[in-house]
Amino acid sequence: MAQWINACGADDIDEEDVIRFDHAGQSFAVYRLEDDTFCATGGFCTHENVHLADGLVMGRIIECPKHNGRFDIPTGKAKGAPACIDLKTFPVKIEDGRVFIDLG
Amino acid sequence: MSSASDPGIVIIGAGEAGTRAALTLRERHYTGSVTLIGAETHLPYERPPLSKAAQTALDHPSPALIGGADRLADLGITYRTGVMVTGIDRAAQTVSVQDGLSLPYAQLLLATGAKPRTLALPGATADNVLYLRTFVDALALRNRLAHGIRLVVIGGGFIGLEVAASALERGCAVTVVEMAPRILGRAVPAEIAARVAAHHRAAGITIIEGIGLTAIAARPQGSTVVLADGTVLEADAIIAGIGAIPETALAEAAGLTIENGIRVDGRLATDDPAIFAAGDCCSFPHPVFGGRRLRLEAWRNAQDQGRHAAGSMLGDRAAFATVPWFWSDQHGDTLQIAGLPDEGDQTVTRDLGGMPFLFHLKGGRLVGASAFGPIGKVAKDIRLAEMLIDAKCHPDPAALADPAVKLKALLPTRATAA
Repeated sequence: MAQWINACGADDIDEEDVIRFDHAGQSFAVYRLEDDTFCATGGFCTHENVHLADGLVMGRIIECPKHNGRFDIPTGKAKGAPACIDLKTFPVKIEDGRVFIDLG
Repeated sequence: MSSASDPGIVIIGAGEAGTRAALTLRERHYTGSVTLIGAETHLPYERPPLSKAAQTALDHPSPALIGGADRLADLGITYRTGVMVTGIDRAAQTVSVQDGLSLPYAQLLLATGAKPRTLALPGATADNVLYLRTFVDALALRNRLAHGIRLVVIGGGFIGLEVAASALERGCAVTVVEMAPRILGRAVPAEIAARVAAHHRAAGITIIEGIGLTAIAARPQGSTVVLADGTVLEADAIIAGIGAIPETALAEAAGLTIENGIRVDGRLATDDPAIFAAGDCCSFPHPVFGGRRLRLEAWRNAQDQGRHAAGSMLGDRAAFATVPWFWSDQHGDTLQIAGLPDEGDQTVTRDLGGMPFLFHLKGGRLVGASAFGPIGKVAKDIRLAEMLIDAKCHPDPAALADPAVKLKALLPTRATAA
């Protein structure tokens, strides 16, 4: 069942960037891509306990700030060593300039 | 691709470089035999946590594995653990190991790493004088870091400072002694080193700079450390992080050229076209810095070179050209360096809310960047600086100094697209 959570304002995220969102003991990374689509993944790199919101978004790739593990943002797919486990992804919708994440 | 008689690839050293090379060979669908030989008794593990999480974790630490036994087995990588290689016969293309076996190779990768430089001082052989390289070393240190003990750290380099921060977190009284005029040496700009030193001092660590040691004397309990100016420090435990020496003995005995490590060319090949070297043990020419010969002791470099050497063994011709990148975590903040700050002849400072972010230029070309602070303020821009260095950019110093200018906008592909 869908469980939409109001995460942030769309304008809180720069184009081609990412911010952190914490909710109910879980941490997420919320992205705004170059084409103005929004995405959400689990917040921590699957390789080590490092938050992806501190990493760099290039195109549709997020790079872990410490070990350069790479993930495809829309699908969460791990794209290169040392990361080999995919990120969990969450549906996102924009309503009234707000970014909602479905944790359901 | 291979036949039953193909001796395949043998990798000596199961650290980051060697293990990453083995994994890469399989990722690239190499079907010959791959034998990974490790001197340590653990499965291949990552070394960066040894000075940090392994010291501070509440629970007894386990090695952070690069590849578990199942993964190595699934990939058909033969892992020989706790095995010392005793020699290389280049004419016969075999390596001999301590149990008397001789392993043939078609190609050989030396990923033998480095070993800690040891103190050449009276009293330095006492068993409370420690070094840190392996997981076993890390456990020995961890067991010494009881609350309230006095730890003297010899050497204000990355390992020494990381251990100092971890020991402080464990409740130890920590003194760092650096014989050079300042901590962190020439690889780190003085302004950044001063910020790191201030941060440690504010946290409660004593840092003594510019004074060497004259003796370590064992006492019934602990030791005393005597400094050149007569200062006497009482220590329950001592850890020395005074640099590392590349493990070149096998290569040297095999007649390969040694030049601050095993000398390799851009493809990471030694003088012998069947033998390659990667990671802390080798020196290589860096094309981004005019062919300057470097030997790097860094996790990322070991990983990248392991991967590159694997490609070269599969026939790739490209030269290794990854821009050096380095990080060190201390007291929750991170020091990150891209490129080679010491190549620069000009420094441009970007003030990020009181945190200086330094750019290092040589003849107007960006050759390095460095910063120390919260990872969220450091990492993205260091990564972008690395791309600018790689692209051999000549950015406008005024743009570099202006926090309002996004580094991403200075990337060549972006600039032309904009």
